[in-house]
Amino acid sequence: MTLLALAGRVWLGLVLLFLYAPILMMAAMSFNASPFYQLPFEFSTKWYADMAGNDQIIDAALRSVLIAFVVTAIATAVGTAASIALFRYDFPGKRVLQVLLFPPIAIPWLITGTAMLVFFFSIGIGRGTPAVIIGHVALALPYVIVTVTARLSAFDVTLEEAARSMGAGQWTVLRRVTLPFIAPGIVAGGLFAFAVSFDQFVVSYFLSKPGDTTLPVLIYTAIRKGFTPEINAISTIIITVSMAVMFLAARKSNFGGDR
Amino acid sequence: MAQVAHASDRRRLFALLSPAYLWLTLAVFLPLSAMLFFSVLSDMPGADGGWGLTLGNYAAFLENPTYSTLLWKSLKLGATVTFFCVIIGYPCALVLAKSIRGRSREALFLLVILPFWSNSLVRIFSWAIVLRGNGVLERALNWVLPFDIRLNLMFTTEAVTIGLVHSYLPYVILTSYLALQAIDDDILDAARSMGASKLTILRRLLLPLSLPGLLAGAVLVFVPVVGSFMEPRILGGRMGTYYGTVIEDQFVAVYNWPLGAALSFILLAVVLVILGAASPALRKART
Repeated sequence: MTLLALAGRVWLGLVLLFLYAPILMMAAMSFNASPFYQLPFEFSTKWYADMAGNDQIIDAALRSVLIAFVVTAIATAVGTAASIALFRYDFPGKRVLQVLLFPPIAIPWLITGTAMLVFFFSIGIGRGTPAVIIGHVALALPYVIVTVTARLSAFDVTLEEAARSMGAGQWTVLRRVTLPFIAPGIVAGGLFAFAVSFDQFVVSYFLSKPGDTTLPVLIYTAIRKGFTPEINAISTIIITVSMAVMFLAARKSNFGGDR
Repeated sequence: MAQVAHASDRRRLFALLSPAYLWLTLAVFLPLSAMLFFSVLSDMPGADGGWGLTLGNYAAFLENPTYSTLLWKSLKLGATVTFFCVIIGYPCALVLAKSIRGRSREALFLLVILPFWSNSLVRIFSWAIVLRGNGVLERALNWVLPFDIRLNLMFTTEAVTIGLVHSYLPYVILTSYLALQAIDDDILDAARSMGASKLTILRRLLLPLSLPGLLAGAVLVFVPVVGSFMEPRILGGRMGTYYGTVIEDQFVAVYNWPLGAALSFILLAVVLVILGAASPALRKART
């Protein structure tokens, strides 16, 4: 190995250390008996027990998971339908529709979130869980559409024609030929949608009702009031869940693999 | 790809597309329009007394130098964070794409982008544990170094910068990696066989060919950082007043939504100018 290649690997190692050290530190401290992160380290699951006994945290956690599941179901169904249409047909205005997928990703969530608040407030939806779900689906849709479309681009359209020539109806073709092929893309898109919703803070922050919030919003409020060790515990759980979900999504979509 | 000719095709197309785009209209495009309308209101609708149309909220931005100072501060923060993300992330992508081979490359790449998809709030919070006075970083440094140092980075601009670089670094690595990976190794072999040095290959081949990817990554970092408010609040404390936190205040503390809407819209205009300027690079990066 040349010196340059060695230096490159060291650099990569340092970057990984930078990315993971704080997270691992937080995880370690969630098992430390001292609330002020004192050393020596004394193992304790006290904070996890405290967290489990904290109704506010449990409520918020259940709400976050419920919202994420609803968002995943809607965004995956609606997004997959749109991907099939965008892939299958050529029509005037298609470019415009494709470009319109980018604002939800490219505009800072602060702007999107405050705009949603203003609009939902004026049309009477107001703040609360329905508003959060509507907002999250909009943020998740582009990710689903991009992921499913990527899978569709590897799809051989002649397979559909073959099925049709043998007498299959349009619905049968969709159900028996197209959907099974793009299933991995749909699963990956669904996992992305789940992650977008479960980890979403900014939009939830503006759209959820105080006292009736999602987990990240609760954590933000708690941090601003002062650190409590239970926050370490729940944060460690959150980051484990979201990394696991993303790990699965990446495996499914073969993201970054050799193309 | 089928041309839409029959009425039945048109119906199917409409049925497949309309849910997604109606949803985006309801949740993104109408709200943005509503915010434009709000930004020219003189008062909150529903408040006592009437409300009228005014440009006063935009005038407030021009008259009160605090807002433009903070916008400038946020733009500078965006530039600093982007700079560090690029000089840390690009070499990293280079190593991943051109030096490491096989299965370990896939695993390492996944390891690099995984934190990016995990909860950003929690990751910022984890830095608070590391950076606080008498925190983990200080103790670790004191353990390694022969002399005692006092280090309290918490609630400083540096803390905000570190947290944001941590949050957005994977973007630059991801886009640069995808661009670098698309470069054919045969081209590099050809250059090498004709005697090009490593530096020449980097300067004349790798850098120009992967520039669209690098630029796309830079834009994807810069834009959200300019609009960030949660990171400065948690890591910046009293030093953490930025343009984004002022907008947040208008909506959750001061309840001056029309002013908040105007400030948001000015930010949106800045963002659109930046995205517009970078769009040729972004378009290239996608193909």
